[in-house]
Amino acid sequence: MPDDASPGVPPDVADANADVDWRRVVDASTRWPVIAFVVSATAWLVIGSLLALIASFKFQFPDWWTHQAWLTFGRVRPAHLNTMIYGWISMAGVGVSAWLWARLLKTRLQGRWMLLLSAALWNLGVLVGTIGILAGYSRAIEWVEMPYVAFAFIVPAMLLVVASFIQTLWQRHARHLYISVWYLGAAILWGPLLVIAILLPIYSGIPEATANWWYAHNILGLWITPPGLAAAYYFIPKVIGRPVHSYHLSYLGFWTLALFYNWAGVHHLVGGPVPQWVATVSIVFSAMMIIPVIVVAVNHHLTVVGHFEKLKYSPTLRFVVFGAMSYTAVSLQGSLQSFRYWQEVTHFTHYTIAHSHLGVYAFATMIAFGAIYYIMPRVTEWEWGSKRLVSLHFWTTGLGIGAYFTALTIGGVIQGFQMLNPDVAFLDIVDDTKPWLIVRSVSGTLMTIGHLVFAYLLAQIVLKRGERPEGPTYFHPVPEGTFAHVGGDGSRSVRTPSADQDG
Amino acid sequence: MTRIALIFLGAFAAIAMSFTALALLPRMQLSTIEPTPGTTDYTYDEQLGREVYLREGCIYCHSQQVRPEGFGADIRRGWGGRGSRPGDYVFDETHQLGTMRTGPDLHDIASRQPSRDWHLAHLYQPRSVSPGSVMPAYPYLFEVKKKSNVMASEVTVPLSPEYAPPGDSVVVATEEALALYDYLMTLELEPLNDGGAQDAAN
Repeated sequence: MPDDASPGVPPDVADANADVDWRRVVDASTRWPVIAFVVSATAWLVIGSLLALIASFKFQFPDWWTHQAWLTFGRVRPAHLNTMIYGWISMAGVGVSAWLWARLLKTRLQGRWMLLLSAALWNLGVLVGTIGILAGYSRAIEWVEMPYVAFAFIVPAMLLVVASFIQTLWQRHARHLYISVWYLGAAILWGPLLVIAILLPIYSGIPEATANWWYAHNILGLWITPPGLAAAYYFIPKVIGRPVHSYHLSYLGFWTLALFYNWAGVHHLVGGPVPQWVATVSIVFSAMMIIPVIVVAVNHHLTVVGHFEKLKYSPTLRFVVFGAMSYTAVSLQGSLQSFRYWQEVTHFTHYTIAHSHLGVYAFATMIAFGAIYYIMPRVTEWEWGSKRLVSLHFWTTGLGIGAYFTALTIGGVIQGFQMLNPDVAFLDIVDDTKPWLIVRSVSGTLMTIGHLVFAYLLAQIVLKRGERPEGPTYFHPVPEGTFAHVGGDGSRSVRTPSADQDG
Repeated sequence: MTRIALIFLGAFAAIAMSFTALALLPRMQLSTIEPTPGTTDYTYDEQLGREVYLREGCIYCHSQQVRPEGFGADIRRGWGGRGSRPGDYVFDETHQLGTMRTGPDLHDIASRQPSRDWHLAHLYQPRSVSPGSVMPAYPYLFEVKKKSNVMASEVTVPLSPEYAPPGDSVVVATEEALALYDYLMTLELEPLNDGGAQDAAN
């Protein structure tokens, strides 16, 4: 079997059949784990969106639903964060990773029962945790609000994923490890370690705050980001059909991320009552993050250059490139934001909320959408039901997050400068944020519509509803041969009636 | 194999280093700090109130960290006479430093607004004392009862007619609302006697 070193390189003609065959076998092995994780994740995405809307509209209607303790802003808002982080993006990340892992190691996914058990435990954990927060059992530590009992499910669930991944790695047929494997391998090590570290009962007072932001930022950078980058590194070259721009750069990007990112999180406490060296260290490393970000940006964007017309057709490419561009933006913004002056202005404002959504949504979530659009037809042996709905999903979420980010960034900067001016009364500042918060509610509604459309499309493809749509889903009719290298001419790597020869 | 070992070991070493530095070292460094003047352990009621504060997610809109002189305008806003210090938090089992100021900082709220009537009215209906506020109301921390059923030990919340319940009913604070007030009154930054030397040392 040829190495999958450059996923974008088309197999030569003689190998074409063998190539399709092993992919079909490997894809099929991931079917139920991928479906379990992706469907669960999407359910949490919808629940998390509804919680977000409740939280957001409460700024327009502060006296709405105030008699129900479980619907108060201070409970709904962390419930939103936790369902999105631990439910949606973590589970989507595992689903996408499981498929990538098997594909890139050219091996049937091992320990599938462990992954199915993991998905069940994971769902239970997030469910217990979310109900816990709403019922008043929040631990009130940002990003770790869910009560301990929720993690009694989630930690074993993560360890089951690790066990399955290591077993698959052990049995691999690929000799070369593509850069995506590096990111995924590191993330499945980092994720459980981070969660276990923050659950240790050793923190209180200020040291708890530094540990808290070490954790929260690393969940984003070392657990959510790596699968996003791994997917971008896989799908951009794959769909475009050319190798990644520079192989050597990708290693540099990996190691600099691994070494720098995990020091950066405490910049949330710049100017706070923490030892000065802690804040300084995090500013230094936040600035150094420019290196891995530029490296990844060069690799992703230069791979796309010259092939922009393909964004017109491929849903996967469009979502993933949107996400990759957002990664560059959010990371450079993050480096800038850690500097003392800009932190002085923007910290404690809606600017930070915009920034975190640029990361978790415009980057990680959009890439997850793109990856799922590619993966699901291959594991379900079905096609997406409607290109119009896929397009609606793209535009509602793309425009939604665009408006969301723009409004809260502008509103947050205004809020920040006003807070620096003691002559502006606090309630005037509150008043001036209100228009921007209306935009947030509207754009959040737009994104939620997109999520409902996506959930509907996912239900259709998983349940194989209706007639099997003809060929792959593209936004527009594709010129002959554009995507032939990914089975885009209709042959796919899954078993289709015409290719159904082997048992 | 060696390459895989290298990836895993490198990834592990990276995270182990930053964990040691950012999570464990501050703990060792600050393990011996003294509480600042006026910082005492919580009483039963204050602790109960703190649990209400945690449970209702006050942290998502209110920070508890006054920025020092020269960084931000907290002191000039009257949010505290000095910047917050690690010694202010030694009894905080769950830190509530916060990252958002949709509402004002609360680390010195007891000096700024000590009135129990104000706080209870504000919790019952923020807009009754802060017009234009977007803070949620917390009616479930209060009971509406007939005036004749109010016991002498209970605390009635004074409200402007616009927000008061109709007829001969009044709003009475529950134990939780009173405890929350007690907790808020622990949030006070007393002056230090070192003349701000620690600010520089920090």
